Amino acid sequence: MTVRTAELLAAILLALASISFMVKASENYILWVPLRGPGAGAWPFWLSLGMLLTCLWNIFRWFRGLTPESRSNETFMSSGAVYIVGVSVASLFLLILGSAYIGIYFSLILFLFFFIRIIGKNGMLTSVMLSIFLPIGLFLFFEWALRIPLPKGISEPLFYPIYRIIY
Amino acid sequence: METILAPLASGLIEAFQPINLAMLIIGCVAGLMVGALPGLGSVNGVAILLPVTFLVPPNTAIIFLAAIYYGAMYGGAISSITLGIPGASTAVATVFDGRPLAMQGKAELALVGAALASFIGGTVSIVLFTIFAPPLAEWALQFGPPEQFALMVMAFATFIGLGGDDVPKTIFSILIGLVLATVGLDVVTGNPRLIFFDLPGFYHGVNFLVLAIGIYGIGEMLWTLEETTGAAPVVHKIHPTLRSLLHNAAIVLRYTWRTVMTSLLGFFVGVLPAAGATPGSLMAYGLSKSFSKDPDSYGKGNPAGVMAPESANNAASTGSMLPMLTLGIPGSPTTAILLGGMIIWGLRPGPLLFTEHPDFVWGLIGSLYIANVFTVIINLAFIPLFVRILTIRFTILAPVIFTLCIVGGYAPEQNLHDVWLMLLFGVSAYLLRKLNYPVAPAVLAIVLGPLAEAYLRQSLITSRGDPSIFFTRPISLTCMLIALALICFPIVAALRRSRRVPEGMGEGAKEWQG
Repeated sequence: MTVRTAELLAAILLALASISFMVKASENYILWVPLRGPGAGAWPFWLSLGMLLTCLWNIFRWFRGLTPESRSNETFMSSGAVYIVGVSVASLFLLILGSAYIGIYFSLILFLFFFIRIIGKNGMLTSVMLSIFLPIGLFLFFEWALRIPLPKGISEPLFYPIYRIIY
Repeated sequence: METILAPLASGLIEAFQPINLAMLIIGCVAGLMVGALPGLGSVNGVAILLPVTFLVPPNTAIIFLAAIYYGAMYGGAISSITLGIPGASTAVATVFDGRPLAMQGKAELALVGAALASFIGGTVSIVLFTIFAPPLAEWALQFGPPEQFALMVMAFATFIGLGGDDVPKTIFSILIGLVLATVGLDVVTGNPRLIFFDLPGFYHGVNFLVLAIGIYGIGEMLWTLEETTGAAPVVHKIHPTLRSLLHNAAIVLRYTWRTVMTSLLGFFVGVLPAAGATPGSLMAYGLSKSFSKDPDSYGKGNPAGVMAPESANNAASTGSMLPMLTLGIPGSPTTAILLGGMIIWGLRPGPLLFTEHPDFVWGLIGSLYIANVFTVIINLAFIPLFVRILTIRFTILAPVIFTLCIVGGYAPEQNLHDVWLMLLFGVSAYLLRKLNYPVAPAVLAIVLGPLAEAYLRQSLITSRGDPSIFFTRPISLTCMLIALALICFPIVAALRRSRRVPEGMGEGAKEWQG
């Protein structure tokens, strides 16, 4: 995909997002309500309309070729960029998904090892040390010092003995 | 003068409390590291590390975050000089002469010059800040809702008029930030707004931190991974001694007065929302060159060419805190996040802070003086260590920062919904950045959005729906007229340009840091 195509696609997608914001905002009053002031939907509705207008402005400029992006036939993302960004986003997606099911600490161990060792091709010692000690450090900081529990999913019972020590 | 010195003394005492001093030093070191790493700047450091502050009281938290901000301004020069890659956009101009000096084997001279210039810039700006902040806050006490709203409109307009980015894309960025700020329950009617797919996570709104960490944590890392392909950079190593440090300090201190001038410029540019440290440092470089007896040496390794931008970016960072503390209007994306943090800690930004929470405000001001001294000492003492940090591969750094982002995004509301949103914002910001959409205005807008809406509604209810209330009061009228001029100027200029024959693509990447 070229930068020119991406520019148009982005403007269209953002315009659609703006319309969906307008539709959702109009579930509340979007005009003046006597004795009460502006309706609850007024501020988001008119702002979303402004968003839509700027998207239409961008589409108009695209057709006229008025911006550098609308004239550029360069590749939007190189294959190298697609690989590293794609892998990063996919691994983050799986990390968050895993946090809900097997818990954040075990997901983090897998995520860190995968990224540092397999993607980064760093040394085994560095990969293992970081994969284990970073989640432990986060546990101590958030759960012990801040008393903010992080999601543990099905691994929660494994932490009961530690809870008895730290709480 | 007594009205300043007495609270300043109490602020210094507050900043010297053991916990505050400890967090200040940690913040300075963290800021230096964050600033030194290419691709990461103060805004990334403050956004990613803000959740850490839940552990400490607000006074300590703001001191910690301000120290990161400060340290990052110092640290940006390290990679500009030793790598030739700016640690942050604020240190772009430092490369112009810093890199040639390093290539000539004078990297240490450039680093010492940058550190001492940052110290001078910091000192000048903190003194100005101390002098200007109390009267400005007192003057701002007469602001009612119409003036506050007009002031916010002016702040948004400065992004359009002075930001230098694509106008429609800047407006879009502001508007989407404001719209995202409305998600959740309406504070006046209690009605749910913009609850997509009936997801319960939307009822508590979109936390500004989710957007900030998404953009400046995940989005920035994706960008940097693409740029660096994860490899470790080749660093220009140095081995300083006390004798060489003193020798180099004696050389760069010849430029003290010119550095004071560029610091003054940096401070006043920093006060303007949307202007900030990056244009401030570039303007200071130009000013220094125009005052020089040997302008041709600039760009070829003149120490004054390093000192000018470094003094200005430090001064601008302090300057951008002035409207944040006195008017409740952030002067930069970093101060927008600081402002958001203040709201999380239960403080109401604006002029009342000076009367309601003087210990908080003066503790922060006092800490700036101390942070300035500590940062220059730490910077000079540990130059080799910071240079070594630059050799860490990004495939190690990126997953660690991703981890801090995920955990930091979860901690405030303890809801995975926010983490999903953060990932969405991060990826969207990365893609939109590639199309030159500025993202800093969105962060400012999501922080100011709830306040702007409240002031608008209060104003309109007072005037029974008559919008002329914004044009009949002197201060709000002035703000509105300035805002109108700021919005019209680039639009008219763009329309005039659009009538000309389109030229090829030649614009550089737009500002990410603001």
